[in-house]
Amino acid sequence: MIPASLPRAMRLMGLCAATLLTFASPAHAQLSVDVTDETASNLKIAVPALPTNQSVGTPAGTTEELGRKIAEVIASDLKGSGLFDPSGPSGLRVPSMAEVTAPAYESWGGYEALVQGFVRSAGGANDITVGCYLYDVALKSELTRKGFIVAPADWRRAAHKCADAIYARLSGESPFFDSRIAYIAETGPKDARVKRLAIMDSDGANHRFITNGQSLALSPRFSPDYGSILYVSYIGRRVRIFVYDIGTGKQRLVTESSNPTFAPRWSPDGRNILFSMAIAGNTDIYRVTATGGTPVRLTTSPGIDVGGSYSPDGTKIVFESDRSGTQQVYVMNADGSNQQRISRGGGRYATPEWSPRGDLIAFTKISGDFKIAVMTPAGDNERILTNGWQDEAPTWSPNGRVLQFFRTTPGRDGMSQVWQVDLTGVNERRIPTPLNGSDPAWGPLLP
Amino acid sequence: MNRFARPLLIATAVIALSACAKKAPQELPPAPADSTATAPTPPAPTGPVKGSQEDFVASVAADRIFFDTDQYNVDANDQATLQSQAQWLAANPTVRVTVEGHADERGTRDYNLALGERRANAAKNALAALGVDTSRITTISYGKERPAAMGSDEQAWAQNRRAVTVTVQQ
Repeated sequence: MIPASLPRAMRLMGLCAATLLTFASPAHAQLSVDVTDETASNLKIAVPALPTNQSVGTPAGTTEELGRKIAEVIASDLKGSGLFDPSGPSGLRVPSMAEVTAPAYESWGGYEALVQGFVRSAGGANDITVGCYLYDVALKSELTRKGFIVAPADWRRAAHKCADAIYARLSGESPFFDSRIAYIAETGPKDARVKRLAIMDSDGANHRFITNGQSLALSPRFSPDYGSILYVSYIGRRVRIFVYDIGTGKQRLVTESSNPTFAPRWSPDGRNILFSMAIAGNTDIYRVTATGGTPVRLTTSPGIDVGGSYSPDGTKIVFESDRSGTQQVYVMNADGSNQQRISRGGGRYATPEWSPRGDLIAFTKISGDFKIAVMTPAGDNERILTNGWQDEAPTWSPNGRVLQFFRTTPGRDGMSQVWQVDLTGVNERRIPTPLNGSDPAWGPLLP
Repeated sequence: MNRFARPLLIATAVIALSACAKKAPQELPPAPADSTATAPTPPAPTGPVKGSQEDFVASVAADRIFFDTDQYNVDANDQATLQSQAQWLAANPTVRVTVEGHADERGTRDYNLALGERRANAAKNALAALGVDTSRITTISYGKERPAAMGSDEQAWAQNRRAVTVTVQQ
């Protein structure tokens, strides 16, 4: 029977969540995955299609079809994290509704964990309710359950939320699947490339172009509330930062200046914008309030000071500068004081990005080729994570455990595509985009 | 290595330019063969229209100067190129120009935008020192977004580390 644990009254931001936990017996090791262990074998998890009590039509398909598609997205998310070896929904028996809360454990003996759930709806444009349950097969115990109420068109979000609940329960980490990416879609030859601002879900779905490609678009950044996007546009044959409002489709300049402005970044609270501005050829970093006003200059060196990324508490900024002669990474207070170099290894260091967890700085390591790498905010424990010809500009997942970046291939036919790697450096995959892509910027976890 | 590549590149640029200079008149329409003309007409002009982008490219030593990796200094060869551009601008005092700064693909995107700004401004400052009013010169950086040579080798990179002077046609 379906538990009455998913009251509509708990609906929040279009998504309802309800949790009931039961605890495993201490006589048996608890199921878990370790995001830091690159040698651990992936956890075998079954994800059969979600049954429905009655298959009814919705604008996104019947509830029976949605049950299969949601299971596909859950399995894809879990596989993409690199921690799981999911099976299903194809090839797996669809459980009955009664089994959803009372699994037939003996029929899932080949798996360590089991994901079950259901989809139900009153039909039509009414919201759908998606139940999501995680079981430990060996212990025959429930590990977590969640319920989500979404518009039929948002069924993928329910799937991502379910995958997030499974990932969080088994890894002990914060979730990240239910989030979005802004990036630059690329077409055309290398010397006349068309670059368009585009957005998509973290897995590449729900893709949407925002600009038409008539002017170059570069380096987008989602606002923390997903309401707007900062990016650089060459419209009018000038290099300027615009803020595009996703709701209204209107855009405005971040700051009025006759000088070029580029490399925009949000503060974690969305109230301030960092940007780089070149005056008479000298680039420095400035801050302006998101609503406008007079910019405040934060760096004054005659070298190139560019980019910048706030610490999650907003008190510090990591940025790159060639004041020493080559690109290196520095940390300063948010008001520009106390600028200290943190990069100490060989080669050049570029595009530093502070992890949302605060514990690491991701950056592009340049020593001929470009690699994605991480180090602590003190510049210690540098680790190279990727090995492409040019792997550039990492962006953090909301939980600080996964990075996306873009990988460029050499030569006349060289092209860029969006890739993802986890902090072990082992789990690497390309993010599917309709065209080639660059400059991915990962937004926060959706509420 | 880059130093050695420079003379070759300049030679390449000059060859390309002389090819342009020869080709430009051929693109003009043939002279009218009107045998009934009664009044004597002045000879049809040959060569590009004075003050045009074609005229600029045909007249100057080169429309661009090149830089070493991560550098933006204007050396003696560049100075001679810019001198020829300044002379043309003195002879065409109503023409304005944009200096486009570029970088090779071996730098990260934002840094290369800043580097292209440095290069464009270095060329602008040199033109100003040669007497060109700075109000006639705007700059723009394309970073690594618009390579002139598409390969991923030293020769292509050397051609892409450049500042290109382009006339602004009304």
